[in-house]
Amino acid sequence: MKNDIFSINLQKHNYLNMQEEIFQDKINAEKKIEPKDWMPDGYRSHLIRQISQHAHSEIIGMQPEGNWITRAPSLRAKMILLAKVQDEAGHGLYLYSACETLGVTRDELNKQLHEGKAKYSSIFNYPTLSWADMGAIGWLVDGAAIVNQVSLQKTSYGPYSRGMIKICKEESFHQRQGYEIMAHMANGTKEQKEMAQDALNRFWWPSIMMFGPQDSDSPRTGNAMKWKIKRKTNDELRQNFIDKTVAQAELIGLKIPDPDLKWNEERGSYDFGEIDWEEFWNVVNGNGPCNEQRLEHHKKAHTEGEWVREAAKAYAKKQTHNE
Amino acid sequence: MNKAATIWEVFIQSKNGLPHKHVGNVHAEDKEMALQNARDLYTRRNEGSCIWVVKSEHIVSSVPEDEESFFDPANDKVYRHPTFYDLPDGAKHI
Ligand SMILES: [Fe+2]
Ligand SMILES: [Fe+2]
Repeated sequence: MKNDIFSINLQKHNYLNMQEEIFQDKINAEKKIEPKDWMPDGYRSHLIRQISQHAHSEIIGMQPEGNWITRAPSLRAKMILLAKVQDEAGHGLYLYSACETLGVTRDELNKQLHEGKAKYSSIFNYPTLSWADMGAIGWLVDGAAIVNQVSLQKTSYGPYSRGMIKICKEESFHQRQGYEIMAHMANGTKEQKEMAQDALNRFWWPSIMMFGPQDSDSPRTGNAMKWKIKRKTNDELRQNFIDKTVAQAELIGLKIPDPDLKWNEERGSYDFGEIDWEEFWNVVNGNGPCNEQRLEHHKKAHTEGEWVREAAKAYAKKQTHNE
Repeated sequence: MNKAATIWEVFIQSKNGLPHKHVGNVHAEDKEMALQNARDLYTRRNEGSCIWVVKSEHIVSSVPEDEESFFDPANDKVYRHPTFYDLPDGAKHI
């Protein structure tokens, strides 16, 4: 009876259960999972989705800021912005590398982005209308990203964790340069202060939406927490960010555009107003102010770079031939 | 022509005198390009004094399934550690 189909299936089933148990024990013991280790299919696909979304966000995120490089108000500001945008390219590449260790190619990841199958952070679908937006993005968008990335340094997948550690080291300059822009403008002329406040008004809500849907509406969180891919829930991270940021706004005399924002003594945290989830889903689903423009630009750059990639290949081939 | 780029693993020596350490990888077609990409990607803040790049396909790795048979034999050789030895009381500088 040993080799009938039923018994083979049962053996396979037991084997998988055993593997999964060993895997979960490792996770519970805070051991990292490395590329060649056994992992459940769901763990792998969750990671590919999350890491590629993160990588695409870094790359697409270069566009709203790149928009201001040629119009930076001083040489100092221009050098800083260039360095920041270059860092974001680096972050994208660290993350694509981490994602590739899971057995997916860069070409496949780009294809998923271009076909709209992979997402990127919705925040980059908002336009950057004034120089103050460079301040708001560095301060709030990088600020929110830092809160998320600091917690992800402890993610269970080794390559992702190492990428996060490297990224976090580079991020704090991003947030500081943004806050410096905001502080200067908030203490400048009346018009400058108005520009800073306007940028805060436009970027505040999209920034706190960056943490994703409320825990009650985010079905995948359960597994992500069990597998320790995520270490804190969307709502915990969002609260953490708001609690940090309110005092920073007060210090430079700007007002956070939320009439319901109030310190809650009992919770030791700020209560805040209702997030417009309809707007959130609308932008996620492709209908934000810049979705189309961002994706078109990425496709155009990719297509126009084709000859460079081909030339590099042809050159390399010739080199090996001559060796 | 195969479209996928070649992947190179990157090792950086952070300071003269220290060992090279793995930091990640880059896509590139030839050695020079691999070195330059690694420089741009991994040493934007003076992280290195020397970079090695090696095609990923040339790295040979042990596999997790062999972990026990590969590394366990070292477990029962405690005499390889200095703490294994009984020394007379009062022995110094040893
Ligand atoms: Fe970044
Ligand atoms: Fe950043």
